[in-house]
Amino acid sequence: MSTIALTPLDLALAANLLAINAAISWGFGLRLERSIALAAARMVVQLALIGLVLKFIFAQTSPVWTLALVLVMAAAAGVEVVTRQHRRLKGWQALGLSSATLLFIGVAITSLGVGVIIGPEPWYAPRYVLPILGMVLGNAMTAMTLVLNTFCETLVRERAAIEARLALGAERREAVSGALRTSLRTGMTPILNSMATTGIVALPGMMTGQILAGADPLEAVKYQILIMFLIAAATALAAFFGGLGAMLLLTDKRHRLRLERLAAAA
Amino acid sequence: MLRVEHLQAGTLPPLTFEVAAGECLAIEGPSGAGKTLLLRAIADLDPAPGQVFLNGAERNEMPAPLWRRYVRYCAAEPAWWTDAPREAFKGAASGRAERLLHALGLDAAVLDRAVAALSTGERQRLALARALLDEPLVLLLDEPTAALDPQAAALVEELIKYQTLAGRSAILVSHDRGQIERLAHARLLLSKPETASVAAAAAP
Repeated sequence: MSTIALTPLDLALAANLLAINAAISWGFGLRLERSIALAAARMVVQLALIGLVLKFIFAQTSPVWTLALVLVMAAAAGVEVVTRQHRRLKGWQALGLSSATLLFIGVAITSLGVGVIIGPEPWYAPRYVLPILGMVLGNAMTAMTLVLNTFCETLVRERAAIEARLALGAERREAVSGALRTSLRTGMTPILNSMATTGIVALPGMMTGQILAGADPLEAVKYQILIMFLIAAATALAAFFGGLGAMLLLTDKRHRLRLERLAAAA
Repeated sequence: MLRVEHLQAGTLPPLTFEVAAGECLAIEGPSGAGKTLLLRAIADLDPAPGQVFLNGAERNEMPAPLWRRYVRYCAAEPAWWTDAPREAFKGAASGRAERLLHALGLDAAVLDRAVAALSTGERQRLALARALLDEPLVLLLDEPTAALDPQAAALVEELIKYQTLAGRSAILVSHDRGQIERLAHARLLLSKPETASVAAAAAP
């Protein structure tokens, strides 16, 4: 495996490309200059930090440190799910629930992928666990966000029809079944599109990364196929648990719709 | 039949009243007085402290869907969850839907028309027929004739009258004095809870 190491000078050279963005912003008076600089600075600092953290954790190869980073990643994903909502679920339950669910999905799917299928030595080798967990979590997070957004929006929009069904004696599961189906479909579709077009329209980042790092393209492709299956399962689980959790949080045992538990639209 | 004890719907003060079998209670009051909230609380569609009994059984003693099977809320603005009303009329005793629609001056063909293509009055009468389909014991009717012409309104009134004659109870929210005269056996006047809310706002 041979990689051409990049020097800070190389990166500084690439950073000059942002002059294009800045020029367009300036030319059209978009006032994006500050945002461009800030986003670029955040990107560099965050990536540098995670690089240092990963270097440290890879050097330890300790289950404790690996687990610590796993917990941080799942919590961050949970926060993202809740804050990205157009109408947020009030209270800490939503945050706890999404973090815990993502942690469970991430650990279950990553363990299956790394521990059972890839089988590195030791099984918790952070070099395998953390990147795969990151991809699984990222996609599960997106699916859960989509499902929650669609479900909550549909409940608000269809409130009268759902309450009409409840008033006629329907159980909550029955009354929200239309909203649940719509949101599950929304959450599960992106991975299907992505599986159907990958390799033709887009070369996935992990695969290109491996190829750039000098891996045999066929080996890189095999890893990518494995990852796609893992991601597909993770997004399905995230969609299911997200929809189920939102249904339970936004209805109650007396089969009432409790939309007051949603914050006002952002 | 239906007994309401210290029921606190929304910002309304706790209310206690009873509606006997075969009786119609009219609820009057200006817009915003909480008439709809009261009906929703009785149907257990909103959480509300207090107790509601149906023939001696408190609402929490039975699953909510069963409670709403007997104590039926019919909203002022009916909503549908399918393109055509037919779906909501499935599973009814044979002939009952047709009889109800006929009594309300509707042709059975409306069941297969798109809800969006029906008139407001047709939708309102369809919703009443839908609510009466499985013969609930108590009807909570929120302005059941608000969108109707006088002829259709008369048909609805007649149907409500038949329901009470058959021993069912009704709670009727209406702004129509004449209608209340014709249908109601008792009245409950809700005033706008201004004094209550001012007091609540003044409290620290």
